Parts: sequence; structure tokens; C-alpha cells
Amino acid sequence: METQAFQKVYTKITNLTKATVTLTATDVGNEEMALVHGRMAQVVKIMKDEVILQVFEGTEGIPTNAEVVFLGRPPQIKVGEQLAGRFFNAFGDPIDGGPDVDGKVIDTGGPSVNPVRRKQPSDLIATGIAGIDLNNSLVTGQKIPFFADPDQPYNQVMANVALRAEADKIILGGMGLSNDDYLYFKNVFDNAGALDRIVSFVNTTDDAPVERLLIPDMALSAAEYFAEEKQEKVLVLLTDMTLFADALSIVSNRMDQIPSKDSMPGSLYSDLARIYEKAVQFPHGGSITIIAVTTLNGGDITHAIPDNTGYITEGQLFLRMDSDVGKVIVDPFRSLSRLKQLVIGKQTREDHPQVMNAAIRLYADAANAKTKQDNGFDLSDYDERTLKFAKEYSEQILAIDINIDTEKMLDTTWDLFQDNFKREEVVVRQEFVDKYWKE
Amino acid sequence: MERNNKTIGKVAGIIANLVIVEVDGPVAQNEICFIQHPESNLMAEVIKILGKNVYVQVFESTRGLKIGTNVEFEGHLLEVTLGPGILSSTYDGLQNDLNKMEGVFLKRGDYTDPLNREKKWDFTPIAKAGDAVVAGDWLGEVPENGMPHRILVPFKLEGSYTVKSVVAAGEYTVDEEIAVITDEEGNDIKLTMVQKWPVKKAVKTYKEKPRPFKLLQTGTRTMDTLNPIVEGGTGFIPGPFGTGKTVLQHSISKFADADIVIIAACGERANEVVEIFTEFPELEDPKTGRKLMERTTIIANTSNMPVAAREASVYTAMALGEYYRAMGLKVLLMADSTSRWAQALREMSNRLEELPGPDAFPMDLTAIITSFYARAGFVYLNNGESGSITFIGTVSPAGGNLKEPVTESTRKAARCFYGLNQTRADGKRYPAIDPIDSYSKYLEYPEVVENLKETIGENWLDNVNKAKTLLLRGKEAQEQINILGDDGVPLEFHERFWNSELVDAVILQQDSFDKVDANCPLHRQKFMLEKVLDVTEMKFSFDSFEDVNVYFKRIINTFKQMNYSEWESDTFKTYSEELEGIIKERLN
Repeated sequence: METQAFQKVYTKITNLTKATVTLTATDVGNEEMALVHGRMAQVVKIMKDEVILQVFEGTEGIPTNAEVVFLGRPPQIKVGEQLAGRFFNAFGDPIDGGPDVDGKVIDTGGPSVNPVRRKQPSDLIATGIAGIDLNNSLVTGQKIPFFADPDQPYNQVMANVALRAEADKIILGGMGLSNDDYLYFKNVFDNAGALDRIVSFVNTTDDAPVERLLIPDMALSAAEYFAEEKQEKVLVLLTDMTLFADALSIVSNRMDQIPSKDSMPGSLYSDLARIYEKAVQFPHGGSITIIAVTTLNGGDITHAIPDNTGYITEGQLFLRMDSDVGKVIVDPFRSLSRLKQLVIGKQTREDHPQVMNAAIRLYADAANAKTKQDNGFDLSDYDERTLKFAKEYSEQILAIDINIDTEKMLDTTWDLFQDNFKREEVVVRQEFVDKYWKE
Repeated sequence: MERNNKTIGKVAGIIANLVIVEVDGPVAQNEICFIQHPESNLMAEVIKILGKNVYVQVFESTRGLKIGTNVEFEGHLLEVTLGPGILSSTYDGLQNDLNKMEGVFLKRGDYTDPLNREKKWDFTPIAKAGDAVVAGDWLGEVPENGMPHRILVPFKLEGSYTVKSVVAAGEYTVDEEIAVITDEEGNDIKLTMVQKWPVKKAVKTYKEKPRPFKLLQTGTRTMDTLNPIVEGGTGFIPGPFGTGKTVLQHSISKFADADIVIIAACGERANEVVEIFTEFPELEDPKTGRKLMERTTIIANTSNMPVAAREASVYTAMALGEYYRAMGLKVLLMADSTSRWAQALREMSNRLEELPGPDAFPMDLTAIITSFYARAGFVYLNNGESGSITFIGTVSPAGGNLKEPVTESTRKAARCFYGLNQTRADGKRYPAIDPIDSYSKYLEYPEVVENLKETIGENWLDNVNKAKTLLLRGKEAQEQINILGDDGVPLEFHERFWNSELVDAVILQQDSFDKVDANCPLHRQKFMLEKVLDVTEMKFSFDSFEDVNVYFKRIINTFKQMNYSEWESDTFKTYSEELEGIIKERLN
């Protein structure tokens, strides 16, 4: 299909490894795409007339006399309004049984936005989840991952965020999704009647792992089309970036590169940054916001993948099971949205920043009290009150199944302050206490 | 090194941004070359030469590049262009003016002029015919955003010269001739306001580089009060992600008492740079009343921009700093983050298949970092004036572990250590600089001690030490309380703990998002520290540990309100009086 009559066909592969083939060829460009035995491949190294190709599906069964055709182009995607509502694989081919799409062909993994042409993100994206809206508000143009353990309901939370957030387009980049999770997303989007604004690029565990490497570029090139050309608010969901990084390490290992920390390639930071930095607010109103999932190994955030991610993204969200109330909450201690300062108290009510900090400080006091309790010490009256506050705070505000607006979150927090503390114990600017503390 | 004949080569190998070029002619280590990709020329730097094979790191994406492409070697190293107009510009790591680039997306091979060639500058001569000059001496000056921008004898000129002529005061573009100087052999050299300098080489045209001795006020209490940095000093801020490195860096660059601020955003988030573009043109420089942006230059090589240019960006920033230092100005250079720079070195070393050092970093990492930090410093110029580069770098230790190669190497190079503490950050105690682990080696310099006594007060350092002791004793008391329980320790332990909490809340913690509290000038720091110490020295009577908690919380609350109020305003005075009232309640 992509082969054209005048293209030169090579049939002599000299070296074959699990992931790569080597052959002698001329006039080949770096990062050019090719078909090896009908499988998609990409040029990764050229030495004189020796070309090394990475075969995404793996090289099983490829004979040394296989046909190799160079396509004379980097990875590309067809973009257009027809993408909406469709599901594609890592190469941009439909997997939902629908017809091929028509559209403009663009190169993926294109150049980055000139930093001076960006606008400072300033639009709040409300999600109805207090752990996010109240404590870690999201802003358009932001990039933020959920750091989650594999057993946590992160895909459900992502789907929730996708449906509640006010975005023109939602682009799902699924990497190593189990078939069940893929169908889950498909059902949820379908049932919500939201399919017309959702585009999905999915690599399931049935596909070759190395193919995942193409998913973020595909998703983000489509996002750039909608955000830049159509000036839309685009939300990109990437799950699971840990499996993406694993694929990177497989490739670097097969290319005989020296691994750095945790067997990851030394370029992990740059590889991840290239993806996350596509998040942008354009001056004309279009934007790309990225919410990703990075699964952790036994909660270890010092592992190279979450660690490098944390340095790139604008904050991170942690899910935690609060055993006192039996609900999953967005952990107020470890979660952080770096861009929240741009909107809280500005697009939200003036007391938002101070109330947020005061509540977290009191929640921290409760954690200390709990440690004391666990160590068998007597609790002071203040300790008891912080513990009661923490429980109510978890139950009425932080739990992810609560769906209320920010104003209500603030009011509820003031109520909890008043129920449990004296005015001076909350340490909030006097003018706000005067205004919001009911007599 | 300078060579006039261009050497030509052809691309013979491509591995990501490492390209191997076969050449026939002389090539120098670190020489710049351009690969003539059909789309646009790609700039690259020589990093290794093996026989006829020259290894170059390309500052751009090599997508689509083919074997056999022509390469032209430029005959010089990576250079910055120096002249008036650098302030308030935003450059990429190779000093391309980002504002001059067209389109929303960066185009590969788009190289723009760092200076404005049309603008006329108001030149006033300083040197006159007959003066003997050497490299770095002042020939004249032009006002640049209210700062005196001196026009220097180019750094590259070796030996001594005699000024033959300097143009009269008037309006000139940077490319017009402003002086002619004569070398020892009698050759005339025409000079303009522009000169070039290879970024990786330190400018050493100063007369003397003494130990730095003058305090540099940053407006951040926990730095100035506890562990001050000095003009021409070096410091570093390591911290796990989310502990507030960038906020702290921005705060320092906003409020530090410097003439020029250069920010190297090296492999960090683009939105953080955008924050500077957005905020700095609005904010006022507390000292001059002009906009902060006017004294600031940004080198933005964000994490999604080419890796090799990231490595160059910190050098570009340093070279610009050295240029302004040679004009007798106080330069503050901030690099966020030096770890990204080290990672760029690692990526390249990896592609070159060098034997790796710890964590796969190159073996000479420590040497590279040390010699970079050594370029900062306080200097006396040949004309007796002084200038300085204060350098503060952030480090992003992998996994928050300070025992990793970049942190350890930097510790050997920098004299101030501002360690950001995860626990403090979790408790929202910002800035999260650990008061106990952090240090300033400058406090060991007698000349610095002398300077502090003179500028702040005779007993200042005694007070600072008292505060440090209180923090230490408070930490010990807290540990005891945690082990033995609230009732298991004498009441005095609670008082000790709360005294340290008082110092922590009022002096260490600072709200960089509050209009007033964000910047705390020295005299205010002195006032607050003395006030806090007064309280800690008082003898209060308490019935129980809960009594202590409640009472101190009230005191802290009032102190905090003072921090949030304009200096010596009515609100400030009201809270001050309120505080007196609270204290009187319990005095023995």
C-alpha cells in the first residue's frame, strides 16, 4: 500500500537482532520510516552505507532476504475533524472497525514551541474533585501525572476527569493498556455520549511493546493540530508512562547503550521532557493540557521513571486509600500542582490559598497526633480535635467520589474549621477570618 | 583559536545528535561547524577527533540527515556576541534571540542575531587618545536600560595597546566604529561596540580576584540571616522535586541586590520561563524603580530544546555574566538546573561510548563543574573598580538522594549549601531550606564577619548564632517529646520546642506569594530577629504543655501578621502592640 513502483527494494539483510535489522543502503535519511518484511521500522543509526533499522513489532520470522523498502519520510499522522470519536493503533490505523480517515498529513514528533510564543497558563480546569480543585488546582497548558500504585483506580479517575473537565477535545494515549482497560475507556466515553470529542490512540498489551514509543507522538501531534490550528482546548491523557519508559529501556538495551539509574537510558529525562513539554497555552486560546499516569513500583518515587517525571511535570497527584474513612483520596501532603498559584484566589475565591494551606497544616497536625496515638501516648485536646477534623475533611472533601464546586469546598472547609478549632488556631489572614468565620 | 580557511567535510555516520564527519584538513577540538542539510544549516560542535573522523554534537534534530551531506567548519569555537542590547533579551542556549524568530514553533537551523544592529546608542567616551589600554579596559559607555554599559577593549586582544582615537559623544549603532587602538607593532585596530568571545573560556582581564567579602542581600530571610551569600560568592540549592527550588530561584532573582540578573533556564520547564516573561516586565526593581525585566537576561534552553544546546546554555550565560562584570557591575547568575546540564554531558558521553563514571556520568564531571563555578567571583578591574558574578545553581538530585554524583561534585565547588528538605516542604514550611544542614562557608571568612558587623550590627552574628542554637535545641526537644510523650518530659522541653517553632515560623518561613512578605530587606530581618529573640529570652509562667502550645501559637500568629504587613505601617504597629499585650499576660 505504501510501496510505490519506483522505490528501490533491498533484499539483503546483513545483521538481525531481536529488535533491529542492518543492511547496506544509500541515500537514507536519519529517522526515516521503512517497511521490513511488511512491518513498520525506523532508521536509528547510519554508519557510511550501513543502515540500522528498529522494527517496532520485533524481528521474529524476518528472513535475511526480506524485502526492505524505505518510505522517504519520518513518522506521520493524518489529522482532521474525522479523527473525533475514533480509535487508532500506534501507526494511526483504525482499530475500531471503522473506515480509514482522510486528512492532512503531518510529521509527528515535530519541533517545540518557541518559549517566547507561549502564554502563561491562566485558565482553571475544574474537575469537581476537591483533592484537585481545592488543593491542587489544574490549569490549561499544564502537565501533571498521577503517581499511582498498579492496584489503584487511576484509569477510573482519569476517565472521570476526562468527562468532567471542560475541554473541546480529549485525546487518549493508551500505552500497554490491557484489553479490558481499553474496553473500559471505550464504554465510559460511549455511555457518556462524549465520544464525538474524544480521539484515542491505543497500544494494548496484545501489541508489541516497542510500538508504544509512537503513541505519545501520535496523540500529541493530533493535539497540536486541534490546539494550534483549530484553537481548541485539548486535554491529553497518557496512561501508562511507566510502560512507555520500559519500552525505551528495551530499545536502548538492544542498541547496546550504557544504562544509567534503574537500567533506564541516560536520555530518559530528555525523552520524557520532549513529550510532556508539548503541553502549552497558546496566546490565541488554544491549549494542550496533559494528565498522565506513572505507575509506581511499591510506591517508590525515587525510581528513575517517577523521579525524572517529577522534575519535568508541573506537580504530581497521589492517590491514597484513607483507611479511616474507607475511601480513596487525593493525598494532600504529597500531591502538588505547581501552577495552582496562577489561578487560586484569582479565578477562585480570595480566601482559597489561605484556607487551603491552613487545612493542610491542620491535616498534618492530625497525622502527628496519629503517630502519637499509634505510639501509645495520651492525646491532648488539640490532638483529638485535629483527628476529628482530619476524618471529616477526608470524608466530606478529599474523597474522589465527591463532586462539588470550589466555592462549596471552601465553605465546607470553613465549617470544619469552626466545628473543631478556635479562630487563632487556624492561622489565616485576619481579614478572611473576619469575613468567613460565622459568629 | 581562529583559522581563516574553512575546512570541508562530509557526513559519514549518524547516531541521534552525534554525527561523524570525514574531513580533509585541519579541525580544532570544540570548533563550530555547519551541516548543510537541504532544509537548513545545522550547527554543531566538534567533541572528538579520531584520524579523519571528526565527531560532532549537533545542536538540532538530525531527522532526515543523509550520509554524504557537506559540512563546513567555521574556524572558531562556540562564541557569544557581546554588545549593548543584551539586557531584557531572551536567548536560547546558543544566544539566538528567541523574539526574532518567526512562527509559533522553533524552526530547525533558525539562527537569529542576538543584537539590534539598527538601534542607535548614546555613546560617551571614557578613554582618550594616547591612553594605554589592555583587553577589558573601558573605552566609553552607553546607557542600557538605565545601567552604564561600558564599551570594552575586546577580551580577545592580547598585549597592550595605545588609544589612537575615540569618537565624540553621540548616537552610534553597535557596528559603527567607536575607537581605533594601535598595537605594539604600530598596527591600527578599528573597534565597534561589538566583540565575540568563546563561551567555554573564562574571561580573565581583571587585575585581581580577592576572596569575596560583601554580603549580597537576597530578601530571603533564611538565606540572609542564617547562611548569607556574598557578592561574587557561589551557592547551590539541591532539592527533590516539589520542594520549591524554582520558586526560591525566582524569588532570589526578583529581590536580590544585583545590577544585572542572568537566568539560565537549563533543561527546565518552558512554563517557568514564561512565568518570568510574564511577571518580570510588571515587577519593579526595588532599587531603581525600573521594571525587573530591564535588568534581566534570560537564556532559555528548556527541556524540550536540543540537548547539546542545553550544555552550551550555562556557558553562554556565564560568558554574558563575565562581560557585565568587566563593566564593574554586580551580576547575579542563576542556573536552573545544573543537573540537566550534567545529564546533557552524560547523554553525549554515552553516545561517544566513553567508559562511564558513577551513575553513567562522565568521569570528569567534578572537574567540569568545579571549573565552571570557579568562573564566578568578585574582581577588581584594572581601573580600580570592582565587579562580581554571584552564581547560584540548583541541583535536582535523582530520587532526592544527595549522595549522587552531581550533588557531590557541586558540594566541592560551591561555598553555600541551601539544602531543600522534603519534610519541610511537605509541611508547607517554605522556603524549605533546611536550617540545620545548610551552611555558608563565608561565615568562616573574617572579612565577611567584619562586613556583616559593619552593615548590620555589632551583635548581629551573636544573635544569628542564638537563633541557630534555638533551632538545634528545639529539634532535640522535639525528638525527646516524640520518644517520651508530651507528659513524659519537663515543661521546659515544650518551651524549647516552641521557641524553635517561633524562630521557624517568623524567620525561616516566608510567603513568596505574598506581596509584602516576599521580600524582606535586611533592616527588617534585623528587627524581626531581635524581636523574636527577645520573646525567646523571656520567662513565662505556664501550667501545662497545652498551655505552652496555645500561648505560643497566639504569639506566632501575631508575628506572622506582622510579616504580612507593610513595614512600619499602622497595621504593623497594631500587631506589634497586640504582641506586647500577649507577652505581658504571662510575664513573671
